[in-house]
Amino acid sequence: MSEEVIISMRPFAAAGISLLGALVIICFGNRVAPNVRESWSVLAALGKGMLVFSMVPAVLSGKVYQATLFQVAEGIGLTLRTDPAGMVFACLASFLWILTTVYSIGYMRGHREKNQTGYYACFALCLCATIGISFAANLATFFVFFEMLTLATYPLVVHYRDGESRRAGRKYLAYTLISGQVMLFGILCIYALTGRGDFTPGGFLSGGTAPSWAMEGLFAAMILAGAVKAGIMPVHGWLPDAMVAPTPVSALLHAVAVVKAGGFCIIRMVGYVFGPALSARLAADTLLALLAAATILAASLIAMRQDHLKRRLAYSTIGQLSYVALGAALLAPVSMAGALFHIVAHGLLKITMFMCAGAVFVRTHKAYISQMRGVGRSMPLVMGLFAVASFGIAGMPFLPAFISKLEIGLGAYETGHPAYLAVLAASSLLSLAYFLPVVWTAFSLEKTGEIEREDKKDKTGEEEPAMQRGLFPGWDDTDWRLVLPPLLTVSAAVILGIWPNAGAGIFELAAMAAKEMGAVG
Amino acid sequence: MRENAPVCIVILPLAAALLSLCLGYVKKEAAGWAAIIGLGGAFLCSLQVFCQAVKTGEVSYYLGNWEPPYGIAFSIDPLSGLIAMMAALLALLSAIYALSFVKEEGWVRYAGFYALLSLLAAGLLGMTITGDVFNLYVFLEIASLAGYGLIGFGGGKSALASFRYLLIGTIGASFYLLGIGYLFAFTGTLNMADLSERMSPFFENTFMWLPMAMILIGFGIKMALFPMHGWQPDAYSYAHPGAAGLIAGVMAKIPAYAMLRFFFCILDPHVPSVQMAMNLAGIAAAAGIIFGSVMAIAQKDFRRMLAYSSVAQVGYIVVGFSIGNPLALTGAVLHIVGHGFMKSSLFMTAGAIRYRYGIVLYENFGQLYRRMPVTTAVLVLSGLSMIGVPPTAGFFSKWYLGLGAAEAGEWIYILLLLVSSLLNAVYFFRVFETIFMQQPSSFTQKEADDCSANKPGGKELPLTMLFSMGAAGLLVLVTGLCNQPMAQILLSSLPEVIHS
Repeated sequence: MSEEVIISMRPFAAAGISLLGALVIICFGNRVAPNVRESWSVLAALGKGMLVFSMVPAVLSGKVYQATLFQVAEGIGLTLRTDPAGMVFACLASFLWILTTVYSIGYMRGHREKNQTGYYACFALCLCATIGISFAANLATFFVFFEMLTLATYPLVVHYRDGESRRAGRKYLAYTLISGQVMLFGILCIYALTGRGDFTPGGFLSGGTAPSWAMEGLFAAMILAGAVKAGIMPVHGWLPDAMVAPTPVSALLHAVAVVKAGGFCIIRMVGYVFGPALSARLAADTLLALLAAATILAASLIAMRQDHLKRRLAYSTIGQLSYVALGAALLAPVSMAGALFHIVAHGLLKITMFMCAGAVFVRTHKAYISQMRGVGRSMPLVMGLFAVASFGIAGMPFLPAFISKLEIGLGAYETGHPAYLAVLAASSLLSLAYFLPVVWTAFSLEKTGEIEREDKKDKTGEEEPAMQRGLFPGWDDTDWRLVLPPLLTVSAAVILGIWPNAGAGIFELAAMAAKEMGAVG
Repeated sequence: MRENAPVCIVILPLAAALLSLCLGYVKKEAAGWAAIIGLGGAFLCSLQVFCQAVKTGEVSYYLGNWEPPYGIAFSIDPLSGLIAMMAALLALLSAIYALSFVKEEGWVRYAGFYALLSLLAAGLLGMTITGDVFNLYVFLEIASLAGYGLIGFGGGKSALASFRYLLIGTIGASFYLLGIGYLFAFTGTLNMADLSERMSPFFENTFMWLPMAMILIGFGIKMALFPMHGWQPDAYSYAHPGAAGLIAGVMAKIPAYAMLRFFFCILDPHVPSVQMAMNLAGIAAAAGIIFGSVMAIAQKDFRRMLAYSSVAQVGYIVVGFSIGNPLALTGAVLHIVGHGFMKSSLFMTAGAIRYRYGIVLYENFGQLYRRMPVTTAVLVLSGLSMIGVPPTAGFFSKWYLGLGAAEAGEWIYILLLLVSSLLNAVYFFRVFETIFMQQPSSFTQKEADDCSANKPGGKELPLTMLFSMGAAGLLVLVTGLCNQPMAQILLSSLPEVIHS
């Protein structure tokens, strides 16, 4: 490889800082004041962010940081390597962790949640795993962090520890552990067949490694784990159920860690293990593209029928993550870049929506869309941000998802599959169709019907006098910790939508990654 | 002194066994200390011998300076050194762990317990390092007899469990004795190195299958290989909780190691008849993996669940033997070591929970993590290792086993390992779920109030118990993280073993 390698422990520091944070929190979190405990989370998040972003300039100039901590197994190192594709994901994850931490504090306190120590520790652990996934340089390292992410997320899903969340947790484990073992099977086969597992741009498997049916199976085995985490139908079942978790967790699951790790896994496998050239010859890749396209449409249709806001967001996520899978499966460099950029674009927008949904829930205890009449009147800022993000998801220009959709569409056109263009267009319309009613309902002036009255019976005294005092009765007095993070994510999204290379040069990184994947293969 | 280290590995626990009885008569606590010192010494000696073996190759020791084939030889290569170290360390930890369990016993039971524990350790260590097949039988019997005693110590149903194991175990040992009798009749020697040189003309012998089958069954019974596991769940569950860690963690592993010695060092794994025997063992192990896991899911008693899980995990080891290439053997040996630590620490946690609250059914474990955080941490860590989650020991033994299986083209075994992982996940996550999410049963609550009043010592447990349990749990992680140096040593020494 022509690029310059910098031997540096910085990637490990970036992953390790939150591991350290998790250990400190779990050991001492219960003995100190909540403010002190949360300050560790914030410090770890800031430290991680700085470490990750400090590596961006060098990576942009074509260098990579690389280090092997120790040999994870005979002949295989625990190696982290900051290639452009990993950098894109790491930037997103570390940036959003800072905001999610701030948001978590507001949400968890606003809700007087229990078990907060374990919550923050697992959160930090998830981020350690996410950074590990994004920088992993070989299959073994990737798998170590992938499994770590699975397990670190489980306690977050079952946070409330009631019957419903336990069921959701079991479902989550069943999906992810089974697919993880299938992936392990694939990894073992690859190591045994080729003796190597280092991610190589353009892939390192060749068609002659095994008979073609075996290669098809191998491809499916390696993609499956990613597909489960990314919620591609028909293996998406865990995701809507996992919505029982507290909202910051849902935000983490759906914007930062788990689903994006799934999408990223697919990109890694297609671009760096099998390679576009080999994947193009596999029927399994076509199947992946078809499944992704079908998921995009089906998830949108199902989303429309969900009255629970978080579930609607979950189905929207399922649809949007299939963009990533579709972009990867199309195999054109431009669509690969689009897929990587979509990870960031969707991450920023969807986390905004979750944060808004959470803020509404903390303030008004309303989780169903049909109850949310007039909510936008008392929380105009929050619902305004929600509206912007909705348009973003639909692919409005000047918001980043537009760019990624454009690129994926270009890829579809280049590779001669214009049918996918129609899918993309339909999906954009559909997402407007399921998000705009939410915004509409929130800002409508009509009084709500029965549900509101039942609410009144439950809650003594606490009334929302919003309707009586004009259009916007006073400024949004939601806790600033609940409002600032989505405000920042929307700002970041707008900046990236207008100037995709702003700050960390995410678009450039994605393009670099796509180029190196396509160049060698 | 240094050149006598190999024999000290056995002599020190043996001496401790005798001493602890005498000292225990004077002052019962002295019995415990004698055992701990003896076992600690054995561990240090095995550490020293292991390092020497890694540096200079096989270390031999002739008892009484009688050269083999006349005298008895101990021979320690890196492989046996590693196993001996594991066994000695776990024996030491168990001895420390058991201090609080026998504290209130009279001197006979107190000293007797430690004498038996040291004897068990001496037998197991002797089996590991001996270079003589008959000597191995002697140590096997020492270990077994001590084991029967320790199981019988448990009280309640343990006498029956012990008696059952005694009957079945004696049959197993007799099978082994008959098997080496045949080998002696063929070759006229009992020394392992000698045997391996003189065996080759007899591989074509019509009756060769007989000793092989006998040795296979003998060790199969001792290591509770399916379908010869009948004695095991009761024996493990009802054994004295202080010794259960050692019994469950090590007692089945040493026969497994001896089986490796027999089939790969003394016999030649390239001979068709030996391969056939290994294949048969592999099929039994494969069935055992599924059977053990399914049975473990069906259990309500935490200890029984662990015991059945051992039936499955021993299967992993034998599957490694059956695949038979260096990678798979490395995996098998790593699993002997890793599973020794995991199972020991799990049985220690089971004992600790019983010690504190007197409960063994896991459905009563609700909210345990609040009252016993360290125990829970060890339990979760070892449980994850049993499932095979990186970076714990269990993952890496599975990794090498899987690589070996893939290299040999034994795809079905990989599949089996992965399915077994998932079944493991089912029953361990069920326990985790109970510990973290179930409301405490009224039973636990009441017991908790009773126990906290009359059992002082530390916050959740006496320090000695916390220490050994924590150390065993930590070792699970250490074995996982440091698997590469071990694998390297094994990979470089195993080819010699295979072809010697």
